[in-house]
Parts: sequence; structure tokens; C-alpha cells
Amino acid sequence: MLKALFAASSPDRAHHGWPRVAVDLDVWRAIGEALREGKLDLLGLWGDVGAVQCVLYEPATRQIMSASLDARAGRVPSLALFHAPASRLERSAGDLFGIEFVGLPDPRPWLDHGRWPLHHPLAESPRPGAALPPYPFLGADGPSLHQIPVGPVHAGIIEPGHFRFTASGETVVRLEERLGYTHKGIEKLLCGKSIDAAARLAARVSGDSTVAYSWVFARAVEAALEFDPPPRALWLRAVMAELERIANHLGDVGAICNDAAFSIMHAECGILREQTLRACATAFGHRLMMDCVVPGGVAADLELPGVEAILSLTSRLRRQFPELVELYENTASLQDRTVGTGVVSSALAAEFAAPGYVGRASGRAFDARVCVPYPPYDAMPVEIAVRSEGDVDARVWVRIREIEHSIGWLERSLAALPSGPVHLGVRAVPTTSVEGAALVEGFRGDVLAYVRLGAGRRIERCHLRDPSWLLWPLLEAAIEGNIVADFPLCNKSFNCSYSGHDL
Amino acid sequence: MRRRLFKNLITAPCTEPVSEPTDLFEVAGEALRGAIARRLGRSLAIREVDAGSCNGCELEIHALGNAFYDVERFGIRFVASPRHADVLLVTGPVTRNMREALERTYAATPAPKWVVAAGDCAAGCGVFADSYACVGAVSKVIPVDLVIRGCPPTPTNLLQGLLWLLGGVGYCCHQPTRR
Repeated sequence: MLKALFAASSPDRAHHGWPRVAVDLDVWRAIGEALREGKLDLLGLWGDVGAVQCVLYEPATRQIMSASLDARAGRVPSLALFHAPASRLERSAGDLFGIEFVGLPDPRPWLDHGRWPLHHPLAESPRPGAALPPYPFLGADGPSLHQIPVGPVHAGIIEPGHFRFTASGETVVRLEERLGYTHKGIEKLLCGKSIDAAARLAARVSGDSTVAYSWVFARAVEAALEFDPPPRALWLRAVMAELERIANHLGDVGAICNDAAFSIMHAECGILREQTLRACATAFGHRLMMDCVVPGGVAADLELPGVEAILSLTSRLRRQFPELVELYENTASLQDRTVGTGVVSSALAAEFAAPGYVGRASGRAFDARVCVPYPPYDAMPVEIAVRSEGDVDARVWVRIREIEHSIGWLERSLAALPSGPVHLGVRAVPTTSVEGAALVEGFRGDVLAYVRLGAGRRIERCHLRDPSWLLWPLLEAAIEGNIVADFPLCNKSFNCSYSGHDL
Repeated sequence: MRRRLFKNLITAPCTEPVSEPTDLFEVAGEALRGAIARRLGRSLAIREVDAGSCNGCELEIHALGNAFYDVERFGIRFVASPRHADVLLVTGPVTRNMREALERTYAATPAPKWVVAAGDCAAGCGVFADSYACVGAVSKVIPVDLVIRGCPPTPTNLLQGLLWLLGGVGYCCHQPTRR
């Protein structure tokens, strides 16, 4: 399908990581049709000065390709018209670049709340900002319906976002999300930055996935410059990524149970999570391992005390985690809350190319480490945990299995760590613009990076796509027909990033 | 379940003592130290406000509640509404889209109230400070009494900062006397 779509034109030679093809309007529409028919997955879509670009994945052949379309006229046909998951991506590209997506079914602004000093801040010539009319929420009419507005400041220690519930008694009839509150203008900040300064920004797109972001950014830069980092660095990146996965999954399993009023799991998982973070600090010098993965390799080598800390952590987890799994499995009051709650159908998961545990709990067997393997996972594969129920319980089980897989992978990888340097200076200085793209499986799902480097190796354009872009809309679907009181449970089982989404 | 609870009864707690703070924070005035404790007793209700952080700070603030740091042993607890709060703990570079929500949260907090800015972004020296979409330091929007730096600050830094507000570690470790 992908090959046939792009047969007419040849890939851009400046683009590395996977092919990028410049397409015309007819092919762009044909992409829309293929997305509608479910033959392709949409992994990302973003704007550029005078262009739009989308990334497509073909599940049948496990191929990825990018397509770019000239948008200098300021108008392009909307893909959201064919494929709903493109909607928020196009609304955001419209907000940031002023590109008009013709036929976009939902033309409301998304990231722009009318508070910025600039309209279309990433366009070639931004306009001065002005207040926008109040955001019109989608309607829900019927007798005895009432609305519950929640946020942006929530009751717990979580990120800001607004949820507008329409409920009939206790049952949620419609949930509409209003995001963008944490929009920090990261894509504009990235423009013109040196690679090192940009790496520090990329590491702070979503703090819980800092390793995944640093890694995907580094891979995109290294692809653009056709640079191979030393083998030991690649393995250490994966060690960090698996530690990050374990820490976050432990936190999530505990927090999901806590939202079902089962606080002992929260306390026990909290202890294991803390011990994981402390092992990270011993091994890599930072509890969340921020700025530990850098373009060219990793910031510091893993010494013997670090190896010992990780191995003592994995043996502790091997002893203690199964007891908690048993507790989860054998507590009827807890299962009563999680089983059958917040179901995402496999059809929706496939349509939205649902990343990570949400997709895998609804039968979408996609994991970037397996489906588009990158070193070192090509040499030492991971297992992939898939369930088909699509409820909160399935999302807990996928996490439990992934914690177990990551423990095993860590132990095997530490025994197989290659020796050698952990960082090499990237010396290549391109004379023209070069581009790189990469996909890395973070704990939440696949994180995508696109980087274009210009003269002096400054960033010309960088786009980082969080898995949350494709997960947030599914949460709206998952909560429908559930009771309002189960929203925290469903929300935690998704654990979408606000900051990663809002950029 | 019963086995688990019994095991927890006979094993030692993992809660750790807290050391006296070093030089990790900046304060509006030394007079603040202990003032809150004198005013409120040994209880501090905190409303956390994420004003656009990357969620790294939130992860570490969350960790304050785990068994190692156990912030509630000092009478410090996180509350669901600013109406119940003595202190606002604010993170992030105050995005323009969050500014009004932060101002309204501050307005909804009853006096006397104190504001702690946690993390480099909230301190105004984070990586997002120059963006069109960010206001910058929390102190540009609401008055700040204590700044705890770090990217993100560790739970230990956060705990030391909060205890400083209450008059110091020694004060807070003080056990209530039996009558």
C-alpha cells in the first residue's frame, strides 16, 4: 500500500531514519482514503513553514514513511475529514502555523486559548495576538442532563487540563477535553537552538518520559547526521529506558488501585518505585535520568556500583512484585472496580493507532521495540504483552507483564553490555539542510521525533509527538456510559501526558 | 492480604529522618521561618498548582507521600481545594494559558497564605523562560515566599523546604508531649 501510494515520486535524499516523499494533492487525498480504510496508521501530523508533513505506518509490512505536502498557498485538504485521529493534530498545526485545513470537521482552535502575544507563532510572519471568543463546547441535549466542569486545576497533584462532563444522573453521556493549558511553546524555542541546547528542551517535554524523549531526539539527530553512536551507549540508553518503564508502571499500578480506594497497593508500589528511582540515581546520577541520554551517546558511563544497584533492584522486584500481583489478582473488591470499566474497543484502538499499553490492552500488538526494532532491541528482543479486553484491568495487566519483561531484559542486558566508549562527538557539519526522524517506545507508547538541521547544525524545525495525542481522544470514548466516579480510575489507567501533548 | 498486613506489622518502617537544609532555597525573609508554625500550629495544608510544568516536579512532589518521606508525619498534607489550603505549592514556568487559573487559585485561598515556588521553571530560570507562551517566574504573577530550586527538586529538597516554613526540622520532629 505504502509503496503503491508513493510509487510516482522518489524519497527526499536529505531525510534519514525512514523515507520521506513529497506528494501532491491527489496522493494526499489517497492517503486520506487509505487511512479511512484502515490500511495505514497515522503516527503523526505537523506543520512547517509552507508545508505539512504526516507519518504513516503500514501494519501489514511494518514500514514507516513520511509524506510532505506543499502548503505555501496556506491551504491544504484536511486528512481529519477522512480520519478522525488527525483532527487535533490539524487544529494544532493551524494554531501554530496559520495553515488552513480545508474541510476540517472541527475548526475550533486547540492550543491557542487567545492568551499569547502572537497568533500563529511558528508562521513566517506571526500576527499580533488577540483574545478569542469563548470556546464553544460540544452540545448534549436531553432531559435531566447536567454538566460538570472540572479543571484546569484538579484536586490531586496532577497536570492541568479541563474536562467537561455531561452526565445523566451518575452516568457520563459525553466527556469533552479542553487541553493546551501547559503549552510552553517548545517547538518555537527549539528553532535556532544548538543540538545540545535542544536536547535539554527535548528532555523536558514530558518529565515522566525524559529518557524516551532524549533518546528519540538523539536518534533523530544522529539519523540526520548519519552518525552511529558507540554500541555501549546504545545499550545504556535501553537500560535507562527500561528503568523508566518500570518506575512509571509501578507508579501507575499503585495509583490505579488507589483510585479504586485500595491504598495498600499504592503504598507498596510507592516503595518499589522509590527504590527504582534511587537505583537510577546511583547508576546514572539523576533520579529521573534527565539529560543522561545525549546526542552522540550517553552523558556518563555505568560504573560497577550502578550495575550492583540495578541488579539488587531487579532481585528485590523479583521477590516483592509477584506478591503485589497476587494481591491485585485476589482482591475481589478491587477487581470489581477495574474489570469491565473504561472499555476501549479494538476497532477504536486500531483506528487511532493507540500507542503503548492502551493499544496493547485492546488487541493492537504494536510496540516500537518489536515492530520497528532499533538497537539494541534488534539484538535482544523484548516480549510484547497483548490483551483483548480493553478495560482498566487489561491496562493494569499489560503494565504488570511489561514490568516483568523489563526486569528480565535488564538482567540479561547487564550481562551482555559491550565495552567501549559511551560518547563520541558528532563532528559532521552539514552544508545543506538535513533531516532525521525516529520512533522510540517510551513507557506510555511510541514517541516520535522529526528534526531538520540547518547551517551550523542549528535546529531549523523539530517536532516531538507524544503518544498522548492519540490517547486523549480515546479516553473520551472509554468513559462514555461509565459513572462519573470511575473517571479518575479510567484517567489513571490511561495516564496521558498533558505537557507532552500541549508542548 | 492478611499475610501482607501481618508482615508489615513485624517489619521496620522505611520512613527516614530528614536532615537540616543546606543552601537549596531562597526565601523572602528570615522572619518567615517558624512564623507559619506560630500561626497555624503543626499543621500545613498544601494545594499544589501545576502552572505548566513538564510533570517532573509533580513526580517528586508525589514521592513526598511515599513511605520513605511520609510527609504527613509532620502534619503536612495535600488538599483538594485552595479553599482548604494554607500554602500554594506552584510548579512550572506559568504558561500564559494557565496564568488566570493560577491567579484565581491564589484569590480563592484564604489568608493568611503563603506561596512556595518549586523547581527551576517556577523560580524563573528554567529552559522555557524565554517562550512566547510563558510568563516566567511564579513571582511575576503572585507573591512568592519560598523558592525551592532543582530540575526537578528531589523529595528531600522539597521536604526540607516545607519544614523550613514550619520552623525547621528540629521543630517538626518534636513529639507532642503527653498530658
